[in-house]
This record gives sequence, C-alpha cells and structure tokens, in this order.
Amino acid sequence: MFPLTRADSFAQRNDDAFDAYGTYPLHQRAPHKDVFAEGVQHTQQPIVTGTSVLAIQYKDGIMMTADTLASYGSLARFKDVSRLHPVGTSTIVGASGDLSDFQYLQSRLDQLVTDEFTHADAHDLGPAEVHEFLSRVLYGRRSKMDPLWNSVLVGGFRDGKRFLGYVDLLGTTYSAPSIATGYGAYIAIPILREAVDGRQDKLSESDAKAILHDCMRVLFYRDARSIDKYQLATVTADGVHVSDAQPLDTSWGFAEGIRGYGAQTQ
Amino acid sequence: MFRNTYDSDNTVFSPQGRLHQVEYALEAVKQGSAAVGLRSKTHAILLALKRSTGELASYQQKMHRIDDHVGIAIAGLTSDARVLSNFMRQQAMSSRMVFNRPVPVNRLVSAIADKAQVNTQEYGRRPYGVGFLVVGQDKTGPHLYEFSPSGNSYEYYAMSIGARSQSAKTYLEKHYESFADCSLEELIKHGLHSLRETLQQDKELTINNTSIGIVGPASVHEKNVSAEGNFRILEGEEIEVYLKSMTPKDTGEAPAAAAAPAEEDATAPPAAPIVDEDVQMAD
Amino acid sequence: MPDGSFSHPQQRQFNPYTENGGTILAIAGADFTVIAGDTRQSEGYSIQTRYAPKVFRLTDRAVLAVNGFAADGNMFVKKVKQRLEWYRHAHAKDMPLRAIARLIQTMLYAQRFFPYYVYNILGGIEEDGSGAVYSFDPVGSYEREACRAAGAASSLVQPFLDNQIYFKNQTAAPGTSHPTHLPLPDVLSIVIDSFTSATERHIEVGDGLEMYIVLAKGRSAQSLEGMRGLQELSTRPDGDRVFVIRKELKKD
Repeated sequence: MFPLTRADSFAQRNDDAFDAYGTYPLHQRAPHKDVFAEGVQHTQQPIVTGTSVLAIQYKDGIMMTADTLASYGSLARFKDVSRLHPVGTSTIVGASGDLSDFQYLQSRLDQLVTDEFTHADAHDLGPAEVHEFLSRVLYGRRSKMDPLWNSVLVGGFRDGKRFLGYVDLLGTTYSAPSIATGYGAYIAIPILREAVDGRQDKLSESDAKAILHDCMRVLFYRDARSIDKYQLATVTADGVHVSDAQPLDTSWGFAEGIRGYGAQTQ
Repeated sequence: MFRNTYDSDNTVFSPQGRLHQVEYALEAVKQGSAAVGLRSKTHAILLALKRSTGELASYQQKMHRIDDHVGIAIAGLTSDARVLSNFMRQQAMSSRMVFNRPVPVNRLVSAIADKAQVNTQEYGRRPYGVGFLVVGQDKTGPHLYEFSPSGNSYEYYAMSIGARSQSAKTYLEKHYESFADCSLEELIKHGLHSLRETLQQDKELTINNTSIGIVGPASVHEKNVSAEGNFRILEGEEIEVYLKSMTPKDTGEAPAAAAAPAEEDATAPPAAPIVDEDVQMAD
Repeated sequence: MPDGSFSHPQQRQFNPYTENGGTILAIAGADFTVIAGDTRQSEGYSIQTRYAPKVFRLTDRAVLAVNGFAADGNMFVKKVKQRLEWYRHAHAKDMPLRAIARLIQTMLYAQRFFPYYVYNILGGIEEDGSGAVYSFDPVGSYEREACRAAGAASSLVQPFLDNQIYFKNQTAAPGTSHPTHLPLPDVLSIVIDSFTSATERHIEVGDGLEMYIVLAKGRSAQSLEGMRGLQELSTRPDGDRVFVIRKELKKD
C-alpha cells in the first residue's frame, strides 16, 4: 500500500516511495489529510481577561463602567486597558471575558463604522443595530463551536430613545434598565435594581455616577480580579463620552481590628 | 436593417465612446409598457399600465413588493426583473437579519445599480433588459428612484419609464412642482393623468390594465393599511374610485397634443446618428 | 501520576447550550386559541431580565411560543418569520397554520445533529376556522393537540391542564358529559391560574405574563372588550384576529 502523504514528504524527500507527481490511481492514494487540521484551534478558555462591566439607564441616556485591569489568570497583567469602546456617535460597547476576542470585535465594529460612513447617507447605525450585529457575530461563532469568549454590553441613545442590551459567547441576548456582567451580575445587580429599575426617567447624571461608583467600589472589595481604577462612559443626546481612568476611593481602616487582617500576630 | 460594428460584445467601446449593448438594453426598457412614479412629502406612489396578450390571457404583473417599506414597478424583460427583485428581497431580509433594520431605500437601489454595472463591464455577460421605478420610505421620508440597465440610479420628484413614457414625462414636468403638497388622492390623480398620456389613441385606463403601488399613510378610500403605511399594490375594483376621479381627457387639463413628441414610437428602431462610423449596412 | 490523569491530555469541551427558564402553554378552543408565556429570562439563579418575550405573532392567524435556550429560540423565530415572508412574496398571502407547523418540523429536523434547544408551541386558527395547537420537540416531532405546556414548569402546568381541559380524573355528573371545548373566559382564567401557580412554585417563572388570543374570522371579540392590558395586533378587522393581554406576575 502506498503509505506517504505530501506532508510527510518534506521530511523524506529522497524516499523512493514518495509519489511526487501523483501517478497512483485515486483509489490507491492515501486518503486526503488536511495538514493544518491540528493547527486550527478553537478557543476553549479565555486567556487574558477583563472582569465585570456595569451599565444603567438614566434620565439623559445610559452610563457604563468597567475597570482597567487585564488579568492573566490570577496575575494582574495589564493595569491600564480600556474595555469601553465607542461605536459611531451614539453607541458604547463594553466587554468582559477574553480581551483578544474583544479586540477582534473592536476591529469588526470599526470596520462596520467605516463601511457605513462610506455610504454617506443619513442611515448611521444606532445602539440597537450594533447590538443585533454583535448578537449575530457571537451566535454565529458559538454555532461553529468556536466562540468569542465575551459577555458584551451595548448601550446608547439615539432619536430620543435609550438602549441597553447584553450579548454573550452563546449568543444569549436581553435588554433591561440595569445590566452587569461577570461577578457584577451577583454583586452589583442587587444594588443597581434597587437604585435604578423603575426610576430610569428620574435619575440625574450625578445620581447615576454615584450609583455606579458605589458598585465599582463594592466589586473592588470582593472581586479578586478587579482593580481600583475604572472608566465611565456616558451616551446622551450630546454623543458618546468615555472618561479617563479614575481611581476608586477605598478605606481599609476596618481591617485594623479584625483578627487575621491587621498587625496582630495572635 | 442597420447593424453596428461595435455591438457584439458589450465590453467593447465604439470609437465614439459608446457601449452599444448597453444602449440596446435601454431600448428593451422602452419596449415594456409604461410605469409612472410620483412623490409628495408624505407618499411615494407608482402607477403602471398592464399589458395583456389577448382576450384569453391574464394581465402581466408590473409591480412587486420588496419589503414592508419598498416596492417596485418594472418596464422591460419580466424575467430579468424577477432576478433583480429577488436580489432586492434578499438584501432587505439580510438587513433585517443582521441589523434588525429595514434596508435604507437608497442603499437598496445602489445595490442593484452596482449589479447592473458589472454586466456592462465584464466579458461574457449581458446587461439587464429591465428598468425599475422604486418607491420606498425610511427615516428620511418617502423616496422615488429610477434604476436602469446602464447601472445608473437617480432619485426623482416624479419619473416615468417604458413605452411612450416621454408623453407621461411631459405631463409630469409640467406639474411636478405641485406634487410635494398633494394629498394621496391628488397624487394618484396626477399619476393616472400622466399614465394616460402613454396610451395609444383608442385605449383607456381601466381597472384591469392599471396598477397602483403606494407607500405612506392610508387614503380615505383604503382599509386595512398598517399605521406605518406599508407598501401595497391596488388593483381591480379597489382602483375604480381613483379612475372615476380623473378629469375626462378631452375637456381636462391634459397637455395639448403638441407636448407629446412623435419620436416616442415604441416600435421604432434606435435612432442612429446621421454621421456614425460605427454604422454599416448589414447584408 | 498514579491515577493516570496526565496520560491522556484532557480538553474541556465548550458547551454551546444553556437553559433560560420560563414556561409557555397553549389551549385551543372551538373558534379561538390562547398562547401564553411568562416574560422572565434567567440563567442559573440569576434573573437576566424581567421582560424578554417568548411568544411571537407570525401572521394574523398564527402565534409561536418558544422556550428553552433563548439564543436558539430567538434565532429560530427570526428564521421562521423570514421563511413566511418568502412565502408571502411567492403567494401573496399568509401561510396556513398547518403548513407553518410542517415548515417548523422541517426546520427543526434540519438541525437534527446540532439541534435548536427549544420547545415550540404553535397556536392559531386553521383554514376551517377551528382553533388549533401544535407542539414540537427540539428535533421536530410534532402533533396537533387541544392543549400543551412546555418549559421549566411544564411538569407543574401540564397535569393541571390535563385535569381542567381534558377532564382527566374528573367524572361528569350523572346524565351529563364534559364539554369538548371551553369558552374563552374559562380558558383565560385557566391560563392565568396556571401561571400564578407556576410563579409560586417555580423560581424560573414570573415577572410578566403575555397571553396571545387568536380569534377565528367572524367570531365576536366581545368577551375580550374592556380587559386590562388588551392590545390588538391584527392587520385587518375582517379576518382572523390576534390580540395580546399583558399582565404582571410576582417578581420574587
């Protein structure tokens, strides 16, 4: 039986058995093998990751926040990475999960915005369209068993309407007045639902800022993959604005009196 | 019969810089029965004349719905129109699938124009033998576009295509400035008057040979129209009320006979320039 | 390693599915059908949103409820709607209910080896004017029934429907027999009771209730008039008609 495939031939050029010109009849040749098959890998786990993203609706639009840490497992690998990405003039996208997958999404979204721009008409994409697009991309990849390992929030304000939506690596989507990804879904959501849901039309910008700031501090106290530096993004009728990274005010004085935290050794 | 030297391949220019196959395709559009389109601030409408091959045959379909917010009227090869309208429907659905948004009308028209252009440039192809009037509405309001096999597309206040369409155009050019503020009923009346101009001497518009396509809010005569004013095609009994509203041809404001140029005989061959080196006598 | 755990490299497999909770049900009457679902969407113990619709109007005579993996469900509904749009383009009319049922079976079975992880219930009016419910499993097995519950609390709701709609374990009074079809107000009461009960006993059910009501052509809508949260969704008043009633459910 003719044993060799073309791939083997690179190592064994001088082997007489190698049929360089494919002279054997089809049914006698070795079965076709995709020499790159083993090289194609699908994401099985996230590598460099971002933690929670939080977002809420408020009177003038939506507000979104995420800290600036990119973790490599438990290592705080990059400490000044932005996870909030503006899309067009009325949308903000924030992601947790694998950051290289998020960078891929960023480039897809930038390409999309450029393509829309070249049409030069009044039909630019709003947050609902961007959310639908991301849903198709993430669901499409999960259906190829090659997911983009992210939970993504899409927020925006256009034509007098707020939009806040979620989509994750499975393609699961939903909208709500307040949404959080990752640990935020457990730690921040109870606080946010209490403060925001049903009050979206009354909350001022400073109210919204204060609520998110409080949540980020609680998350920093409890989430071991977080950092005390975060960005805030607002989308209103005035457009998208992403703040510079700002520090969280934290107090650790309470630890003094607790056995196991403080200076005491017994 | 005249024959041109540079017309056997549409990708070859004549020395005069013309693509004869493309021009012949434009002639194919003129063979089709006429279609008229008009636009106001609130509506865009289509009117078309349906032909029947005889007493025993049905009338050809001149209008197609593309999506809730877009419709077309055709003149030329019906089979080519089906290919293109199918493509437009795919584009419309794809926009809804990917962005959950109705496709913007201008982009839809550009998409088929780009498709038509390819056929004027690639080897071994032929241009589409059909022209469209496209009406639609999106967030920038109602629109009317013309698409032609040359790959051109333009937006219009009013337009006509097909056989003897020059007569309709003459009517439209005379009245278009009043269209913007017309009610739907007035707009349809103008449309019918201009469509009537394309008829042969002994013919008239009937409920059988006329189609009306509308986007925009319902007329007082319409029932069951969605609040958004989705595209709908009116035919048969439904259009009787509009036909009755027309001013009788002899007494009305219809343009004088002088306005209709004689050159628009649909059966005439393409007019050849008097001095044209491309033209030779065939056999 | 003594247990040999390193001898074969292990790979954690990506799981492309999840469960998003919630419950749906449908009940067919003589000349109407009610199709309902709650609006909570959850994953594990987390409520993701209190309003994510699971019931969708397809045409003036067909309503589809989808339950299971929400991403698959939404995609499936979207694809069914597009197939129905192509049918409209080709035939200039809406697809009949029994044809939609067969279409859904074909679309589900096409994914036999990577299924849509969803339970579908299709309700509406047949061409003969009768109310009808079709229920499907994730790979397309389907049948026409008088009623069906599916989803997280189906094991709570279905026995209740068996008792109330099919009169299982009930004996008619001597000299009488059970009705073959219940009137619309009775059916609506049964639907509401089903969901308030499921909300009490199942953590994944609650927040909101959407009840779609499809009435056969010519049937009076009188029994619906004045109901709170009622909205008509039909495109014409002289054919089969679709209504929706939205109600609150407990949010705890």
